[in-house]
Amino acid sequence: MPKVTFPHVAESYRAFKMLLEDLGNEVILPPRPSMHTLDRGVQYAPEFACFPVKILLGTYLETCPQGVELIVTSGGVGPCRAGHYAQLHKKILRSLGYPIDIIVFEPPRLYPLDFLHNIQRLNPGRLSYRSVYECIKRAWRKLQALDDLEKLSHRVRPREITRGATTRTYRKVLEWIDRAYTWREIETAASSALHALHEVPQDPFRRILRVGIVGEIYVLLEPASNLEIEETLGHLGVEVERSMFLTGWTRDNTWAETSEGLTVKDAALPYLPELLGGHGRDSIGNTILYAKRGFDGVIQLAPFTCIPEIVARTILPRVSRDHNIPVLTFFLDEQTGKAGTATRLEAFVDLMRRKKSKQAGSDCNESLPWHRRGFGKYQYSNLR
Amino acid sequence: MKAYLGIDVGSVSTNIVTCGEDGAVITGLYLRTRGRPIEAIQKGLQETAESLPPGVEIAGVGTTGSGRYLAGVMVGADVVKNEITAHAVAASAQEPDVQTVLEIGGQDSKIIILRDGVVTDFAMNTVCAAGTGSFLDQQAARLNIPITRFGELALQSTATVRIAGRCTVFAESDMIHKQQMGHALPDIINGLCEALVRNYLNNVGKGKEILPPVFFQGGVAANTGIKAAFERALHMPVTVPEHHKIMGAIGAAILAAEEIKECRTTRFKGFQIAGLPYRTSSFECDGCPNACEIAEIYENDKVIGRWGARCPRWDVV
Repeated sequence: MPKVTFPHVAESYRAFKMLLEDLGNEVILPPRPSMHTLDRGVQYAPEFACFPVKILLGTYLETCPQGVELIVTSGGVGPCRAGHYAQLHKKILRSLGYPIDIIVFEPPRLYPLDFLHNIQRLNPGRLSYRSVYECIKRAWRKLQALDDLEKLSHRVRPREITRGATTRTYRKVLEWIDRAYTWREIETAASSALHALHEVPQDPFRRILRVGIVGEIYVLLEPASNLEIEETLGHLGVEVERSMFLTGWTRDNTWAETSEGLTVKDAALPYLPELLGGHGRDSIGNTILYAKRGFDGVIQLAPFTCIPEIVARTILPRVSRDHNIPVLTFFLDEQTGKAGTATRLEAFVDLMRRKKSKQAGSDCNESLPWHRRGFGKYQYSNLR
Repeated sequence: MKAYLGIDVGSVSTNIVTCGEDGAVITGLYLRTRGRPIEAIQKGLQETAESLPPGVEIAGVGTTGSGRYLAGVMVGADVVKNEITAHAVAASAQEPDVQTVLEIGGQDSKIIILRDGVVTDFAMNTVCAAGTGSFLDQQAARLNIPITRFGELALQSTATVRIAGRCTVFAESDMIHKQQMGHALPDIINGLCEALVRNYLNNVGKGKEILPPVFFQGGVAANTGIKAAFERALHMPVTVPEHHKIMGAIGAAILAAEEIKECRTTRFKGFQIAGLPYRTSSFECDGCPNACEIAEIYENDKVIGRWGARCPRWDVV
């Protein structure tokens, strides 16, 4: 059985593992990116490369010594450096003495033959196309279940009564989904997991803030690369909605562009009529959509030196002014210290809280100074 | 008489103030942290206790700065607040109409935009600390000039010397180049001040609408050369408040006063903590692949605080 690995993107490895094993591969699981991963990635990646490349290379360097033969990853759409990074990874890994090959999945609607060819290379069991389709369908369902669960955790966490209860339950129920195998089992695990998360004791009257998160896909999806920003915000009493999930993004790039993707494009049109690679246009479009939906603020996450996000960053102040929504940008790099991020997030929460209560007009907390309004005692000095 | 204690533990300085109920400063202290925040806090508390007029009682404590959590557990803070809010609160307490706060500290610089007395936007330097106090300190040491004289020398400049401000490493080689060519020291120092201001406005101040009144706070505000460079670049007067070095601590004290107003008693442990033994240690958690680096602080051999964990495993209850 060929030994196969792939990048670590949050909890998605649970679905990919199942799929690749079904097709007859031996999966070497990528570990959650840690300090060790980063150290290795930084050592062998080009200095000017962006953060995701370094993390991915570090991840591969942790799995390759276990005898990996094949790495599966995705390509890039549009002019973003990430598109050629798979080839770069292959070169670096081979020069370090790992005889690996790399399979890059590009959007099948653009390259249908490559897609089928890649599937066959990952199908040593020679399953029929019909069986392969069934396996993909099941893995897809699992991926959806994982995304739904994560979305719900973002809504529950800011309202939880016992601090940390959401995260504990979330960790627990992830294992239920992990163990599910048949379609039926996945369905059952998904609904009981959602139910368990709903059952986390919450305060329905707590006044929470809503923040949209936009930016580059890897630092958005992998909490280990963004200093667990969603969890940190949740603990500050902020409900987070992320503009990108693996299932949504894959759908947009696999079959046809969904109407949702088109709306983002339309929204961004007055500011940026071009696709500039990566997710720069999405960052702008989604910020506008969040503003229209009445969100309290938007946070942009970008890897340091990421050109598409730098372009978006320079346009966002105008979007912020035109649509009256505060925007905060974080450029992420090797720094693992959480203190700087925490300071900015706390200040951003203060700012949004005040803005919200000012808009509410005759706020019941009007007697309080501006930085205290709009909230109960709970969120105050609540950050670890 | 009631007073409120504000403690700002920054990378370079640790500032401790006591303010009256009206926000007026009773005592103010600016100490170098010197990489030992616990000692700095203890020394500062001791000095504050000695200089407090008799009959003053501490009714509340607030902490801010990058060492705010450490200071918070040590002294028993009533409020622990980020330095952006603290600086904004202190500035608007002094000048309710203030619309822009420029703050340059030891390792960070920030800009805070206020409208109608509330913060509407802010920015902080992210991946580069070019143009902050530490670099000025370093250059002063290299030129063997006391940092306190840096500003007055810059003001003596008569000719323009352009220094690259994008990166401190290049700024330093540019300065050395200019000095070897024979430019006068005041001109070079003035060139550096202008480079820092240029970098600040392009980097931290990018896209922000800077309107008067403008306050300039933080340790670097003591540098009259930088103040003058800001005024030239912005074409408007820049005010350096009297207590510019300790504005963060003043903000923390004001926040503590507000916190206590809701009929609460302070958690302040008292000035005697200046004499207690504190020690810190750290270890790597082996609970999961995160391998968090946990730091802990002991008071009298009892753990009072832990940081660095990404999960609640090491929370101190």
